[in-house]
Amino acid sequence: MGVEGIGARVTRKEDQRFITGKGRYTDDFKMAGMHYAAFVRSPHAHATIKKIDRTAAEAMPGVVAIYDGMQLKADGIGNIICGWMVHSKDGSPMKMGAWSALATEKVRYVGDAVVVVIADTQANARNAAEAVEIDYSPLPVVTDAVAALKPGAPQLHTEADGNLIFDWELGDAKATDAALANSAHVTEMDIVNNRLSPNPMEPRAALAYHDEAEDHFTLYTTSQNPHVARLVLSAFYQVAPENKLRVIAPDVGGGFGSKIYIYPEEIVCLWASKKARVPVKWTADRTEAFLTDAHGRDHVSKARMGFDKDGKITGFKVDTIANLGAYMSLFSSSVPTYLYATLLSGQYNIANIHANVRTVYTNTVPVDAYRGAGRPEATFVVERMMETAAREMKMDPAELRRRNFVRSFPHQTPVIMAYDAGDFEATLDSALKQADYAGFPARKAEAAKRGKKRGIGMSCYIEACGIAPSAAVGSLGAGVGLWESAEVRVNPVGTIEIMTGSHSHGQGHETTFAQLIAERFGLPIANVNIVHGDTDKVQFGMGTYGSRSGAVGMSAIVKALDKVEAKAKKIAAHLMEADAGDIVIENGVAKVAGTDKKLDWHMICLAAYTAHNLPAGMEPGLKEGAFYDPTNFTFPAGTYICEVEVDPETGTTEIIQFVAADDFGKIINPMIVEGQVHGGVAQGIGQALMEGVIYNSEGQMLTASYMDYQMPRAGDLPSFTLSTHETLCPGNPLGMKGCGEAGAIGSPPALINALTDAIGHNNLAMPATPQRVWAAINAK
Amino acid sequence: MATVSMTVNGKKVSGTVEDRTLLVQFLRENLGLTGTHVGCDTSQCGACVVHVDGKAVKSCTMLAAQASGTTVTTIEGLADGTTLHPVQAAFREHHGLQCGFCTPGMIMTAVDMIERAKKSGTKLDEAAIREGLEGNICRCTGYHNIVKAIHAASMATA
Repeated sequence: MGVEGIGARVTRKEDQRFITGKGRYTDDFKMAGMHYAAFVRSPHAHATIKKIDRTAAEAMPGVVAIYDGMQLKADGIGNIICGWMVHSKDGSPMKMGAWSALATEKVRYVGDAVVVVIADTQANARNAAEAVEIDYSPLPVVTDAVAALKPGAPQLHTEADGNLIFDWELGDAKATDAALANSAHVTEMDIVNNRLSPNPMEPRAALAYHDEAEDHFTLYTTSQNPHVARLVLSAFYQVAPENKLRVIAPDVGGGFGSKIYIYPEEIVCLWASKKARVPVKWTADRTEAFLTDAHGRDHVSKARMGFDKDGKITGFKVDTIANLGAYMSLFSSSVPTYLYATLLSGQYNIANIHANVRTVYTNTVPVDAYRGAGRPEATFVVERMMETAAREMKMDPAELRRRNFVRSFPHQTPVIMAYDAGDFEATLDSALKQADYAGFPARKAEAAKRGKKRGIGMSCYIEACGIAPSAAVGSLGAGVGLWESAEVRVNPVGTIEIMTGSHSHGQGHETTFAQLIAERFGLPIANVNIVHGDTDKVQFGMGTYGSRSGAVGMSAIVKALDKVEAKAKKIAAHLMEADAGDIVIENGVAKVAGTDKKLDWHMICLAAYTAHNLPAGMEPGLKEGAFYDPTNFTFPAGTYICEVEVDPETGTTEIIQFVAADDFGKIINPMIVEGQVHGGVAQGIGQALMEGVIYNSEGQMLTASYMDYQMPRAGDLPSFTLSTHETLCPGNPLGMKGCGEAGAIGSPPALINALTDAIGHNNLAMPATPQRVWAAINAK
Repeated sequence: MATVSMTVNGKKVSGTVEDRTLLVQFLRENLGLTGTHVGCDTSQCGACVVHVDGKAVKSCTMLAAQASGTTVTTIEGLADGTTLHPVQAAFREHHGLQCGFCTPGMIMTAVDMIERAKKSGTKLDEAAIREGLEGNICRCTGYHNIVKAIHAASMATA
């Protein structure tokens, strides 16, 4: 590697603007004549809309327009859709209830948008929104997924009898039942995965502008995938044809999944900008973010895992109820199915697995992918079961895992996934060593002398990233392909622009993607610009989620670079009267191997564009594009170990150490990868110890601000101990696996395993707040 | 309406604003200083921290009118021309930021924390830094590298 090539800890190019306050987020943009949208939202979790009276609001200062859902419908704006079809086991398609960007007859959760007010200032828009009078007739409410399935539960959608969206299964039920019946030991658990709010620090925002001269729309928005947004806004919501809509996702302040989806507010701002003939901006406040950003997790599962007398897993059966909230969000159906049940084999060789998943409507915020998306839920079930089984069978938890590891690759699991490469023992051993696992009993004894309860727990996670082979996901119901695109544009002076379909909202693409150029041609990354997030500048691309920007996005760049390099070598060979096969490009110079002939990179580029002396038949220019469609998922895996100390008097938990040993395949920039793990682990610790969305019986969210929803703060967390082990992914040119979600996937079970070990009580729900921990200690 | 005037990043500015206008709104909307961010509505996240008369203040918790007559420094005014403040440089060096949204508030808080420690003659260790970040939320970094950056900057400027 060069100083800026693959594997180098290069500081980030994008940081200069962020540390000087020059970042450009959606809310930072202004337009002449810009007006502001304020949404009137339902205060009821479930109600019919009887009457909307705008008279008072219309007379308020600065108001230019007030619109409702009937007007939206009359203008042909389509309902919001879920783009992944899942069929129930009886063959029937999922039951998608109608979701209008502005509710018409019924509201189904607190925060459901009903009316939009457009006014000259944000304050005037909000004042007028408060003056809109909506007469509701409240209906009975259900927020809990298990309760929603019971006979007599309030019904949300006429399309979905009993609130059941689908009843889906994966794996062989009979074989799994038989295996469990013949097991020497069966571990059984009820496991809840708590509902979370993603909480990127930048609230969602949209700024829509309609150019009447061209009948063309521009939307600045907080999106992880601007092209997908444009496609969906155009094809399904009929806001504008794709060629008449430019979507720009400028600097985006974190996403974690919540900015994948196209929400009512973006649709309404675009539509209203044309109808009201003013640019329309909307920026969520934090309470709106809690009330409208898609939530994550919210599973209730029953699990049974069987073992033979040697501790080998014989079968694994999981029955899960997943709460999808009031409406089906864009990829909601895929999260508790193909991103969840397919990972239930964990790192283990399990012959028989069966999962049944029922998804349910409730009067809550829609649920969709949040960092990890299905894989944290799977890992939590698998790793809580493994730890519990080890305790029940009085085996060392590490040893039980070791006995069951998959050791030969490729490995076909009974739940679709074919693991391509890995070394699970290596990451386990590394984590055990770094955590001084062997020395734990002495530390526990020492803590006990001080009246504290120490515990240690681990989690051996695997996830499926590099999302995803298009034909494979298509066969599973996805409405889109999940390839990625890239275009490498070499300028006449030799500087380079890379147009990528990936989108950076904190991941540092402007640096890591440029490192590929440094590696390939030995050019400084300062000479490379990464262009993303603008549908007018970049060819169609699929965006960033599912830890895909390295394994899929960078693979597309590599493919385009192959073409650029091949053409550059032909030009160099022609100019130096050599064979293209003898040309080597390094440190920004093309050389003829075995001679002293050489040509600077920029001279090749200039020659490509002057076109005075090119090989016969060659087109001028040096610009190549590529689309890369992965052949398989990638499988990052690792072991996380957490050690905690609990104060039995107060139930408070202190994290003594958190060790992460990960296998991400090839790493481009270790500094950035470490940052991804830190952030993911922090979110996982948040889920395990403090975060949780809580509704009361009337469907009011009790945790709709940072006063009530506990975000992890610096003082809640330790410094983390990280290491990586590299087995290359055979499926993509660089051998990358992806690192964005691992931390959030692997950490919650490690923490809860440590906590339950500390308190000697296995029944502990997340978030394990001091109150819950104290209650568990005192329940014995 | 209130007429406010203050010195922001070394420049005298004034404007007429609604009485309820917050300092952060005045900075962002009237002065176009969009480096100061709004991440919540309950004075919890700290994305809006600026310095008012040399002290770190959440600019969402102060009326523009209250800040009239003061000297305000925002993230845009921290560097000395093209020379970064040592805390800015440390955040980059130690990868103390990812999406960048909380970063201006983090940096302004860190500068204040280091200056207070210096004045009181105390050394900032990890625990003190973590405690000092109580009012700032970051969702990306897990704080690990923010703590490292602040520690490094505090050592460099000691």
